[in-house]
Amino acid sequence: MSDAPSVVLSLDRITKRFGGLVANDAVSLTLHKGEVLALLGENGAGKTTLMNILFGHYVADSGEVHAFGKPLAPGTPRAALSAGIGMVHQHFTLCDNLSVLENIVLGTEGLFSFGRGRAAAGMRIAELSRDFGLSVDPEATVGGLSVGERQRVEILKALFRHARILILDEPTAVLTPQEAEALFATLRLAVARGLSVIFISHKLHEVMGIADTCVVLRHGRVVGCVVTSRTSRAALAAMMVGAEMPERQIAPGVAGRVRLRLDGVRAGGLSGVGLQLRAGQITGLAGVSGNGQSQLAALIGGEAVPETGLFEIDGARVTAWTPRFAIAAGVGRIPEDRHKTGTIADFTLAENAALETYATRFARGGLMDWAAVHSHASDLIVAHDVRCEGVSQRIRLLSGGNMQKLILGRVLEEEPGIILANQPVRGLDVGAIAHVHGRLIAARDAGAAVLLISEDLDEVMGLSDVVHVMSAGKLSPPFARGTMDRAGLGLWMAGQGFCDAA
Amino acid sequence: MRLEPVAHPSLARRLGYPGGALVATVLLAMALAALAGADPFAVLGQIVVGAVGSKFAALETLNRATPLVFTGLAIAVAFRAKLWNIGAEAQLYAGAIMTVLLGTGALGGPLVLPLSALAAMAAGALVLLGPVVLKVRFGVDEVVTTLLFNFIMILFVGYLLEGPLKDPMGMGWPKSAALIPEARLPRIVDGLRLHWGFGVALIAAVAVWFVQTRTTLGFEMRAVGANPAAARFAGMPVRAVLLKTALISGGLAALGGWSEVAGVKGHLSADLSPGFGYTGIIVAMLAMLHPLGVVVAALFVAGVFVGSDAMSRAAQVPTYIADMLLASALLFMVLALMLARFRVVR
Amino acid sequence: MQELIDILLSASFWAAMVRIASPLIFATLGELICERAGVLNLGIEGIMVIGAFAGWIAVFWGMTLWGGVGVAFLAGATFGVVQGVLVVPLGLSQHVVGLGVTLLASSTAYFAYRLALPEVTSPPRIEPFQVWEVPVLSDIPLIGPSFFAQTPLTYAAFALLGVVAFVLYRTPLGLALRAAGENPAAVEAQGLSVTGLRMGAVIAGSGLMAVGGAFLTLSAFSSFFFEMVNGRGWVCIALVVFGGWRPGKAVLGALLFAGFDALQIRLQQTPVGAMVPYQVFLMMPYVLAITALVVMSRRAQVPAALMVPYNKGER
Repeated sequence: MSDAPSVVLSLDRITKRFGGLVANDAVSLTLHKGEVLALLGENGAGKTTLMNILFGHYVADSGEVHAFGKPLAPGTPRAALSAGIGMVHQHFTLCDNLSVLENIVLGTEGLFSFGRGRAAAGMRIAELSRDFGLSVDPEATVGGLSVGERQRVEILKALFRHARILILDEPTAVLTPQEAEALFATLRLAVARGLSVIFISHKLHEVMGIADTCVVLRHGRVVGCVVTSRTSRAALAAMMVGAEMPERQIAPGVAGRVRLRLDGVRAGGLSGVGLQLRAGQITGLAGVSGNGQSQLAALIGGEAVPETGLFEIDGARVTAWTPRFAIAAGVGRIPEDRHKTGTIADFTLAENAALETYATRFARGGLMDWAAVHSHASDLIVAHDVRCEGVSQRIRLLSGGNMQKLILGRVLEEEPGIILANQPVRGLDVGAIAHVHGRLIAARDAGAAVLLISEDLDEVMGLSDVVHVMSAGKLSPPFARGTMDRAGLGLWMAGQGFCDAA
Repeated sequence: MRLEPVAHPSLARRLGYPGGALVATVLLAMALAALAGADPFAVLGQIVVGAVGSKFAALETLNRATPLVFTGLAIAVAFRAKLWNIGAEAQLYAGAIMTVLLGTGALGGPLVLPLSALAAMAAGALVLLGPVVLKVRFGVDEVVTTLLFNFIMILFVGYLLEGPLKDPMGMGWPKSAALIPEARLPRIVDGLRLHWGFGVALIAAVAVWFVQTRTTLGFEMRAVGANPAAARFAGMPVRAVLLKTALISGGLAALGGWSEVAGVKGHLSADLSPGFGYTGIIVAMLAMLHPLGVVVAALFVAGVFVGSDAMSRAAQVPTYIADMLLASALLFMVLALMLARFRVVR
Repeated sequence: MQELIDILLSASFWAAMVRIASPLIFATLGELICERAGVLNLGIEGIMVIGAFAGWIAVFWGMTLWGGVGVAFLAGATFGVVQGVLVVPLGLSQHVVGLGVTLLASSTAYFAYRLALPEVTSPPRIEPFQVWEVPVLSDIPLIGPSFFAQTPLTYAAFALLGVVAFVLYRTPLGLALRAAGENPAAVEAQGLSVTGLRMGAVIAGSGLMAVGGAFLTLSAFSSFFFEMVNGRGWVCIALVVFGGWRPGKAVLGALLFAGFDALQIRLQQTPVGAMVPYQVFLMMPYVLAITALVVMSRRAQVPAALMVPYNKGER
């Protein structure tokens, strides 16, 4: 009997173009039985596109996929599911109005059958929950579940359909470090039962812990395929960005006066929040999304008001508070979602650049001064390296990175005293990330008080002078740079520190 | 099957598809004519001649276009802010009621016309304000509320015409008293059957265009319509913008009623509007919500109606062919506009 | 007051309520199916018109009554295909396309009517569905003549409620439809076709709406005349919201609305009612519909993906 594990999946020279952009360029990879393969690369490298092709959401322009020795029909998730491929998407594909059981069973029974298998399904789900360590109540409505529980449902969906190959797309982006450990335990159980795993990530420390093999993509091409035990984080990072990236050393900020103060604030899910933003410092907010970050951002950004508690800017109590008042008070806001709230897709770059300031800077007596709008936008795109075809181009045609640079530019042009940076580099490639971070640090050094909200613990720890942790609507006390490590912050993220402190 | 945006649609593409939509409408007209047992080409010719083939026809078309410019503008303004104002019919009648209230003797002198216009606009604005307030405060979808209000308003008009506004000298047919001469819109040119309502409509179109492209309010209206979440984040007063949009839209539709009563009919009867409020939707969409395009679209739509009326008398094809053609033109055009900017791929 | 009690105690009132509700039930359930799958169908008013016409003309030209119902369903389904193609795979605005379809369907009906009967002044009549009394049940005092002495199409409407509720909540098809209206990505990820589900919902729903219209010509009145639908379609959209997108509650809403309508007709005859202009009574049902919308909108459990076109592969 051969010792070499058999090949369960092979992707052969997969190529995919979107318009002029080559998302995948002749990508080939092989997955063996019982193997955990990490697919690495920075944002925009083509990892999710490749997995979407595998799962049938996209059709490759050329190339073939073989699963368990048989060719896989492209373009239909049904074929992938039949072949034993299951996918846990980065944005969960769950219906909030249905129960856990209904979500899992959706599509598994014949559409025109009468579907009498609910009881059996319930038992099978219970069995899978036990075997893989994924506890969840099958009758619960998904809308009421936490993020961690939802991910368990996503995984159960795949296991229920007899998946032999499990694809996970950035699964730990929404988990606390402890929840991530639980996920890896589940994956080890899966592998022990003969499943094979492909794991998309850009978090190198996790990858080193769980993966057998690492495949690195850059600009759509495979630039490295290595056995994890024979490589290092630095080597992987170098492959991901194409060169040795020196660890960025950031000089600590010089703390100035308090620009913004919250004390004992309660507002829409937040309770007892105390926060001080000092000029010349970056205050970082660590925590998994959904623990109150949006509410805090809405509060500081002018979209919400505190129910109780103290809210001061520059020592003066805040009375009237709307986005307009916030902007006037010198709060610059980088929104969490540049597509939903940051820009208007069909507007031009010039119009987007003037979105917050049109009334104060570019209007006289109710009439718009379009010439001034255009010249301001032209200066902005030069000063902030926004790659485009001109200020009259529709912003929807820009890449995510360039859109974010425009948003950053329009915020920084107003020289705000307080900057609220909400997930500022989400979905950006390394170059754009460096640009945004550089500008935030420069703004800090020029005296701004920066609040950085990010799901990426490394980003928060790397940039911040002071770190708070957000969990279940509560804010931890501040931790100065260097006083807390990942594990310690992870405990606070899981809610531990709050219990102890109470 | 997916839709992919075309990065730089060529001029041929941007004009070709809408042109194709018009061609498709013409082909449909011919098919319907054939179905009715008439000669397709003759029918087309009769529609065109009936619309613009004589001085009488052309004036009739211009007259018929006037209320359509007003309702078309009303709906274009509303739709651009994603305010689904399907109640232009009710707003038009509100304007007509106001015109009659003020113009049958309550006021005198040269100010009657402008005052009745302003009062009409206020009435129309108020009618639309109700559903919009419900939307803004309670999240009630304005499509159904504005629609249902049309029916309520028509019943209300019936009640007024049989009661408080009834013409004491009418012969039982429910209509209001006639407007006094000062309350009537004069003709633009003596001898030609075209009244100043048309002139006011053109001015209104230019005014709307100016507001939309050159004022801060226009910028806000476009932003709120395109992405209300982004507009709110940027600090725009979204609620206030929607309310102002409602006032403008309702007021414009009401001017249509004012214009028909003061310019054409001289009194109010229950059949004042053969659906101008609904036809305005077609006008607005054919014009791609552009205020100056509304004038062109209104002329086109009016021409189809007037021409079809004339053709119907000659060729025995039911007049409803006009409604069918225009509804089809709407659907063809919406499809064409999408295809001009997107391509269908695997 | 006494007159009100008299009305409420008369079997003819309750019978009228059920009768008036029947077309609403078909159309409301049709709209509910569309909206649960994620598509707002504003073509409902026009589709009811074409259903009324198509069913009637089929019978006028010799078909059986049930055959006419079938023809009406097909007419509605045809316009459902048109609307579905434009709105589901092509993702055009559901508001604009819906309004266009309403205008097209109603004008098609009127055009065809004028074409078929060019010289009529008063609309010709056909022999409509006859009341069929359910044995035994129709003899129960008050309840019997009210609920069990109706036309077959009315019984069909209530049977349809049972079918729709069963399919929606107890079959895989219904589960898939409810998922398509909530999160189409979830449906695709489980190997089902959102396009297929939504198209099917729109086509079937439109067919049902047309049957609702046909009720007016084949059961309620027996001829086709202009403006006969008179806003019922729009009321049904309000009823779907009022029912919280649940079939049982929506039908309850239809009965409530119909009861109100039956009541206002009878109140007009009373001495007190005669003093009030009849238009006030006619307005009341529409006012009720708007009120119901306002009340229910505040606690709405709207399908999350309603009116959001699904662009496959857009991630």
